[in-house]
Amino acid sequence: MPGLSGRMSTVVKAKISKLLDRAEDPSETLEYSYQKQIELLQNVKKGIADVVTSKKRLQLQEEKYQQQIVKLDTQARQALAAGNEELARTALERKNGLQTELQSLDSQIAQLEQQQEQMTASEQKLRAKLEQFRSKKEVIKAQYSAAEAQVRISEAATGVGEEMADVGLAMQRALDKTENMRARADAVQELEAAGTFDDLTQLGSGEDDIDRQLKALSSSSDVDNELAKMKAELGTGGAAKGELGAGAPGDTAGGESAGAGQEQTG
Amino acid sequence: MIVRIATEGQYDVADADVEGLNDLDNRAVSACEARDEQSFHEVFAQLLDYVRTKGTPVSDDELVGSEMILPPPDVSLAEARAEFQGEGLIPG
Repeated sequence: MPGLSGRMSTVVKAKISKLLDRAEDPSETLEYSYQKQIELLQNVKKGIADVVTSKKRLQLQEEKYQQQIVKLDTQARQALAAGNEELARTALERKNGLQTELQSLDSQIAQLEQQQEQMTASEQKLRAKLEQFRSKKEVIKAQYSAAEAQVRISEAATGVGEEMADVGLAMQRALDKTENMRARADAVQELEAAGTFDDLTQLGSGEDDIDRQLKALSSSSDVDNELAKMKAELGTGGAAKGELGAGAPGDTAGGESAGAGQEQTG
Repeated sequence: MIVRIATEGQYDVADADVEGLNDLDNRAVSACEARDEQSFHEVFAQLLDYVRTKGTPVSDDELVGSEMILPPPDVSLAEARAEFQGEGLIPG
């Protein structure tokens, strides 16, 4: 049983020989490899552009979420001030869900950043190999007999073929990841778009699927805490007492009319 | 011995260090076969670290084939298993 590396080497070698088998004449092999490298270099450039586009898209989405979070927070306050605690809770649950998504977007953007750097490095490396291959090709053609050239060329071509296979692999993985992120971002965006807070008032008491999913994203204790804090700030007291409990000095929300002038920040 | 970490680059590992490399490689395979995710990732990380620290990076303008090729650092257990079954990680 070959090791991990053994298996991987076999696959790469098979790939290289497939790549190089097409031409029998050494100089043809060179030309063919050279041409392949140029194609690949162009693909890498396209791949980098693709990653950059995805990153920008996620950044835009991030901005949108931030605005939405501010809006939901305001709306939760308004609902609470109007005495509609249920509505306020739903708004906070959505806000909480979006905050979770925002964090995940942050890490996705960081990952894309890393991929962009990695692919740029791959492109530079392949470019250096390409340059080396080009000069070597001319030297081999000029200096060696056909038989000897064959051997030297196959050495160089193996090195270059391996690099090509590897850059191809790196690119494929980067693009797969980007694709996954894009699919997830799209799904969340749809979810979010289907359940905007504007529609919430029309939902009445019925909880829809979106609510449940958003609720699943958020932790209810966070929502409870935030609701309690908001109540304290608004000076509506009441239920806030239990929630704030431990850390708060004195009787934070003791009296219904106790001035909330001094805001307690949890 | 020239060793490549896929998607990362080539390293020149001294002959004296190859045995340690093989040992880690075999342990990675065992963990992979036992479907022991945690130990697979641990051993595989050690293996990569071994190559990176014991080996010298091959310069960008050198054209040389590798004798050993390791899967990419972000390989998953499922991918590593697929590698044994012959599907491979290398695209088309």
